[in-house]
Amino acid sequence: MSPWRWLLLVLLLFAACVAGTVIGTIRLPLSVIWDGVRGVGDPNSMMVIRNLRLPRVSLAVLVGAGLGVSGAALQGTMRNPLAEPYLLGVSGGAAVGAVMATSLGIGAALLPLAAFVGAIVAVLAAFFVAHAAGSRGDPRVLLMAGVVVGAFANAAIMVLLANAEPNAVRNALWWMMGSVGEATWSQTGWLALYLLIGGGALVVVGREIDVLALGEEAAAGLGLDVDTAIRRVFLVASLVAAATVAAAGLVGFVGLVVPHIVRAAGIRRHRALLIGSALAGATLVVCADLLGRVLRPPAELPLGAVTALIGVPFFLAKLRRLT
Amino acid sequence: MIDFRDVAVRYPNAEQDALSGVSFTAARGSITAVVGPNGSGKSTLVRALIGRMAVSRGSIQLDGQPVDEIPRHIRAQRIAFVTQREELAFPVLVNEYVALGRFPRLGLWRVADEQDRLAIGKAMAEAGIESLRSRRLDALSGGEWQRVRLARALAQGGDALVLDEPTAFLDVAHEMGVFELLDRLARGGRAVMLVSHQLNLVARFAATLVLLRQGAVVATGSPGEVMQATTLERVYDWPLVVTNDPLVGAPALVPLRARPTD
Repeated sequence: MSPWRWLLLVLLLFAACVAGTVIGTIRLPLSVIWDGVRGVGDPNSMMVIRNLRLPRVSLAVLVGAGLGVSGAALQGTMRNPLAEPYLLGVSGGAAVGAVMATSLGIGAALLPLAAFVGAIVAVLAAFFVAHAAGSRGDPRVLLMAGVVVGAFANAAIMVLLANAEPNAVRNALWWMMGSVGEATWSQTGWLALYLLIGGGALVVVGREIDVLALGEEAAAGLGLDVDTAIRRVFLVASLVAAATVAAAGLVGFVGLVVPHIVRAAGIRRHRALLIGSALAGATLVVCADLLGRVLRPPAELPLGAVTALIGVPFFLAKLRRLT
Repeated sequence: MIDFRDVAVRYPNAEQDALSGVSFTAARGSITAVVGPNGSGKSTLVRALIGRMAVSRGSIQLDGQPVDEIPRHIRAQRIAFVTQREELAFPVLVNEYVALGRFPRLGLWRVADEQDRLAIGKAMAEAGIESLRSRRLDALSGGEWQRVRLARALAQGGDALVLDEPTAFLDVAHEMGVFELLDRLARGGRAVMLVSHQLNLVARFAATLVLLRQGAVVATGSPGEVMQATTLERVYDWPLVVTNDPLVGAPALVPLRARPTD
């Protein structure tokens, strides 16, 4: 594999992070940024850099990396180019958690936790439904179980919203559109640790994903415990996605589109593909967040809307080549 | 090498066994062909061997050891397997694909070493696909793809090769090419077991035929012993004759036109 591709992926991410730190409502020159990072210079701009810009960019990096890794792992395991991290009811479950939290008037601080719990419950429910349907880790049954759980979650959201106060509805909707604007260092720290473990585990089983991508029978012939391997990837990838949802709400299309971009760059084996998708996903979300800030200042466009605006044309181009 | 001893397999919720009382041996140094009509249990046999179907009675043994007592990756180091159909959602390069044959030996942690690279190179040479090494799988013809799949199984190593309809969708020349390759591999000491619909070809290449019907063995033995017109007519439920072409020196099945119904 050419080292230039990796250099390019890393450089693009670095450039995006620099741009994300420099550009904003207050424009800060690079020298001021550097002073701020080192902790010298004007205390006001230092505050902006250290407490607003850097955590925000860091969270965008983490969310994008998590969604990229999760999407690449699920696409390979499902052998399906349309697979994505929110597949197993992650998004629906997280939304139920968030809506419940806002409509019960629980403070904003606990909203991510509620969303995370909702996502986990939904993923476990999807596994339970698939198990009850008698699947031995069949990816198609798991997929349909995820769809069923998602539909149920949607119904629950409608019931909750119908009875909620207007303000709670607004908060819940705003959260569902995704944002990295409220980032704090403690939040990004926890998420970084969590994603390092989850993403690292997926990279370790990357070779199994290569084998699973051949199909179940061929994978079994290569000595893989297919059902266990599929369930493991599904569970870890969903947990990774759930954490990003808890931290930043629903950021669509990243996990779907990013693995395709990385594959188009000639990275095919899953260990490399997972790492590449983390880098490219991070770059995409940092850029999307930046776009959302600069397109219509001082208002911010929701992050999920921007990623969808970028993702849809990408995906249409991909579909055109498929047909 | 691979012994099926009174093997019975039943699909979940099925009323009767998909396989019952199947016994035969696939020996080293020869080709063993499993033949029979559609739905006779040929593929089920292979699925039981790789552990995708549980054996409900009897046992499948590998050199005297029950296969379900052998760890999966050890089994895969000894028996390589080529499935009936395989379609990759995300195409890789030929050499990357063949390298996946080393997975049973590499697992998750071991780094590929010189021995792995040699095995991969040898497998590609044996299958005659060295010139394809940096082609993408979706740019291969049907015949090339089949040989690439064989190369992956050869890279897996071991001394048994199991194939489910290895020549489906191939033209005459490519089909013969695959059978000649399997013949060379068997002569080299491997146990080659294959499921096939090509009775006339396996009659020429295989040492042993196993004829299945509705999950049970109807006949087993040399091609001359198994390919009896009366037996085949009953098993396939179709009028046919078996000739013996002196030029080929093996029995050949010729299906007849349907009898007019009265």
